[in-house]
Amino acid sequence: MTAHFIGDTGTLLGRSLRHVSRSLDTIVTTAIMPIAFMLLFVYVFGGAIDTGSDSYVAYLLPGILIMTIASGVTYTAYRLFLDLRSGILERFQSMPIARSAVLWAHVLTSLVANLISLVVVVGVALVMGFRSGAGVLAWLAVLGSLLLFTLALTWLAVIPGLTAKSVDGASAFAYPLILLPFVSSAFVPTGTMPGPVRAFAEHQPVTSIVNTIRDLFMQQPVGNDIWIALAWCVGTLVVAYVVATGAYRRKIS
Amino acid sequence: MVATAIEVHGLEKSYRDLHVLRGVDFDVARGSIFALLGSNGAGKTTVIRILSTLLKTDAGTATVNGFDVATHAPDVRESISLTGQFAAVDEILTGRENLVLVARLRHLKDTGRIADELLERFALTDAGGRRVSNYSGGMRRRLDIAMSLIGSPPVIFLDEPTTGLDPEARIEVWRAIRELAAGGTTVLLTTQYLDEAEHLADRIAILHEGRIIVNGTLAELKKLLPPAKVEYVEKQPTLEDVFFAIVGGGK
Repeated sequence: MTAHFIGDTGTLLGRSLRHVSRSLDTIVTTAIMPIAFMLLFVYVFGGAIDTGSDSYVAYLLPGILIMTIASGVTYTAYRLFLDLRSGILERFQSMPIARSAVLWAHVLTSLVANLISLVVVVGVALVMGFRSGAGVLAWLAVLGSLLLFTLALTWLAVIPGLTAKSVDGASAFAYPLILLPFVSSAFVPTGTMPGPVRAFAEHQPVTSIVNTIRDLFMQQPVGNDIWIALAWCVGTLVVAYVVATGAYRRKIS
Repeated sequence: MVATAIEVHGLEKSYRDLHVLRGVDFDVARGSIFALLGSNGAGKTTVIRILSTLLKTDAGTATVNGFDVATHAPDVRESISLTGQFAAVDEILTGRENLVLVARLRHLKDTGRIADELLERFALTDAGGRRVSNYSGGMRRRLDIAMSLIGSPPVIFLDEPTTGLDPEARIEVWRAIRELAAGGTTVLLTTQYLDEAEHLADRIAILHEGRIIVNGTLAELKKLLPPAKVEYVEKQPTLEDVFFAIVGGGK
């Protein structure tokens, strides 16, 4: 059975990627809200925000990328929910395939779809004047962090995808995630926030990830933030994976 | 090769306080069509889900194609295919892509040819390149059944295969099921339409309140009632006869 894991995952990945390519609006809707926020903050609020850096677009972009991923992973929950409700998941489960291939195909699809959305958002940022002198290694580190973050959030999205009672329920989990960047260092420095808010902002995962990516873009040393960011991502990934695969086993037997 | 394709003994299943199955026993001979009759909620789907390894039993044993569903689930999955109550097809893919997908997941070669042959056999060749979301209910069901035939599994489960279909589509599905059995496939179907069981099945079992209360051929079942009284009644055409006379379909 496990001998077929790679082949089955590949086959099912091809299927979900067709879903993505036939509903390109999902990529657009994923990218459109972060782009709207980017326009709003850069051209409306940005002038009044003092971040201490030369370019507000460059300051803002990491948080916008996090937001893009948080809204992109909702489609994993959505697609999984539809597979479950339409009965096609049961059809797959009654066939001689590697059972975990079904989940992995959805997760890998999420990585591909989010990567495309991220490229679109970065493209818009470039048009808006974002520039970075970061070298190849720094860009690879940014890419790696974003993919790890996507992987963690996607496994988190699998849980409501398998357990939700309605389509709305399947995607509602993402709203707090999308709003998390607002209470972080993503848009404004945390220094001006009142005590408790600042304490929350400085210790929630988005801040460490945003700081890491921002330092990489601005060719600054990343410091401790990268380890905190990694710990958050890997921790979320492990917990979400265990809970999601547990929910999957209960669902199919 | 064992002579019985499906053996079920003392199957029990409860959902919390609800005892859906209270000791179900039946055997299905290889190459025959076996109909499981029962009203809604009688537990027909639960039996099918247990036999297709989607659900575990609380008690009792079941073997499919000689393999125990509890201990040899992968072998069972290799031997069966399931057509659920609602056509489990991928709406966004085309009909042909759906067939290729299942053929690939069954690890077959030459998946394109398999898909084309099935499209032709189920009169879907013209629709093969269209997305399934544009299909009618009957076309969806035909595609669904075509997907179940890929890889020629020896045992096929059909859970209410004609529910929600129009009369023409229903007769097409019946024809497909008869062809399957003629080719040696064992078919276990559930239905709430009594005439469907009467038309198709070699043996009929009635599932009621969690148990099989009757199991036999149609002739045996008819003997359970007092002998028919002979009366002379003018034969009126049924609405079905009228329907087919007008639209030009037929049995």
